[in-house]
Amino acid sequence: MIDALGAPQSMLVLGATSDIAAATVTRLAGTHRLERVVLAARSEDALAAEADRVRASGVSEVVPVRFEARDPDSVGSAVAQAFDGGDIDVVLVAFGVLPDQRRALADPPAAIDTMQVNYVGAAAACLHAAAALRHQGHGALVVLSSVAAERPRRSNFVYGSAKAGLDALATGLGDELRAAGVTVLVVRPGFVYTTMTRGMRAAPFPSTAADVAEAVARGLRGPSRTIWVPGELRPVMSVLRHLPRAVFRRLGR
Amino acid sequence: MAEFRQLSGWGRTAPTSALVLRPPSVEQVAAAIAAAGPRGLLARGAGRSYGDAAQNAGGVVLDLAAFDAVTEIGTDGSVTCGAGVLLDTLLHRIVPAGWFLPVTPGTRQVTVGGAVAADVHGKNHHRDGSLGRYITRLELIDGLGNQHTLRPGDELFTATVGGMGLTGVITSVTLRLLRIGSARVAVDTWRTRDLDETMTRLIECDATQRYSVAWIDCLSGSPRLGRGVVTAGDHLPGDARDRGRSVAAHLPRPSVPGGLPRLVGRSTVAAFNAAVHRRAPLHATQVPTGIDAFFYPLDVVAHWNRVYGPAGFVQYQFATPDAAAVPALLRALQDAQVPVYLAVLKRFGPPGDGQLSFPIAGWTLALDIPAGFPGLGAALDAADHRVAESGGRVYLAKDARIRPQLVPAMYPQFAKWQMVRAAADPNGVFCSDLARRVHL
Repeated sequence: MIDALGAPQSMLVLGATSDIAAATVTRLAGTHRLERVVLAARSEDALAAEADRVRASGVSEVVPVRFEARDPDSVGSAVAQAFDGGDIDVVLVAFGVLPDQRRALADPPAAIDTMQVNYVGAAAACLHAAAALRHQGHGALVVLSSVAAERPRRSNFVYGSAKAGLDALATGLGDELRAAGVTVLVVRPGFVYTTMTRGMRAAPFPSTAADVAEAVARGLRGPSRTIWVPGELRPVMSVLRHLPRAVFRRLGR
Repeated sequence: MAEFRQLSGWGRTAPTSALVLRPPSVEQVAAAIAAAGPRGLLARGAGRSYGDAAQNAGGVVLDLAAFDAVTEIGTDGSVTCGAGVLLDTLLHRIVPAGWFLPVTPGTRQVTVGGAVAADVHGKNHHRDGSLGRYITRLELIDGLGNQHTLRPGDELFTATVGGMGLTGVITSVTLRLLRIGSARVAVDTWRTRDLDETMTRLIECDATQRYSVAWIDCLSGSPRLGRGVVTAGDHLPGDARDRGRSVAAHLPRPSVPGGLPRLVGRSTVAAFNAAVHRRAPLHATQVPTGIDAFFYPLDVVAHWNRVYGPAGFVQYQFATPDAAAVPALLRALQDAQVPVYLAVLKRFGPPGDGQLSFPIAGWTLALDIPAGFPGLGAALDAADHRVAESGGRVYLAKDARIRPQLVPAMYPQFAKWQMVRAAADPNGVFCSDLARRVHL
């Protein structure tokens, strides 16, 4: 159960080897309530290393599960496997890819692959998790969206289009599941310094994986359901969203 | 009638959803138990537990509103009520007839069944013990649907009193009432300068007074930390005429509307506390006070829990045999800058028979704290350890965040309780969010 202060006892992490996922597990393990963590990722070696790390942080039961985000059935069975072992308090959907925009536009299959992972795969995770959470009558689904979902820039709209779809789905699920005792947190970070963004030029208002983890932990305490990281991005994006396209186009390189 | 509903405790934290049924009869309760799925079943009273004790995520929750019968009062003060009867309803019946609850919590808005499941205590615990002491008979339906008539001394009785509703569904309660001459209480009041004086005054009162309690101010810095107002009293003798008047009628109460942000903050509460403290008389004696004002001051405003806003609040209540633990704990919370908006201090007498019953001889302190305060988790974890080390425990009916490992250490009869419960519910039908969270 998630307690009154937002600390969960069990978690399923999809995309467990991502920096933000790892930081979030570390942050939540710090409340000394986490007892069972199911880590799902593609790479067996990275998964084993992450499982060791989570065990060392004091979680008694760590279950590694391999899955392939490009295969919705594989996503579904990872979710099912986690819930078969008992209640899951928090499902964190943290996998995704960030393509080089110019290459993705020149190579449509690469762009489509981004959508396959970031939208279809993540949406499959949300839908399977939502059904399982509804059945158990409690829990939180934490979905990593992006400020790019709110208004994609010229430099990231392929990625942004998939995140926009995911953001819309997760927001809708949040309204749908409220009465079922299930919370959906839609997390919209700006630029985050991670392995995924290594070598890229940081956008304004950058944050770290630990910042995102902290925001998720705070979000689990409620009552906000949409979380910008850092928090300043909320008013910033609110303004940017309403800028005329001619102006925004010039900003969004 | 059946519907899935979002349920939370009085603290409005951690809501979950359950299928709420309103069985009209004992047979229907047994049928619901037989039909309960893997997520189990739990009886819920008026939802006044602060945490998650009366929730059962994804499972069945029974609302026993139909169990509302109250018998005539016997000449010895015996009365039998359905588990769904509110203390409020019962008081309207018994006070005009010259009786009072032998033990009453700080609100009338709880059910008799819920009061037994939490083995509630009141301002007279130092002298009269908890509610369980006055229960002469319980009707309970176990996990196999069998009906039991339980009496004090029965193993299942001691597991059920304070058993948080996990041994079965209580359907009927017989208790012995207290004879009163009037519905007013002669109240003595002292304004105290610091925690030391507050505690000393409480000890003095307890020697002579039936009821005693201290409100303390936790937002003023040391040396004034724990300054407060001690009130103590006993029922006034009197004539029958004022008995009928003195339990407030079912008037529409002012209510805090829903959907508001948090209405109180550290500075507003600090100013309010200072005003309350200043307004209290330095010392007043034998002031006739109505039952509502003395026992149920917070019932004056409906939904007062909403002032904490959508993030809700937690009530941290512990009991300890060690008087030194009280100032140590308060200072530690103050050092961590935890905003304690309401604090109530009281002495406990010897414990009752309930295996998971909360009161133990010593002191109890209840602290209302906004749940959104960052760092609260670590501060309360540290408090838990201090409480456990002092031989104390936290109150499960209030808890919303304790680490499960500490519960068996705090409740030495826990293992015994688990055995009795397993015998009464071999299939593990009865379950609550509290039970899931702390592994009861």
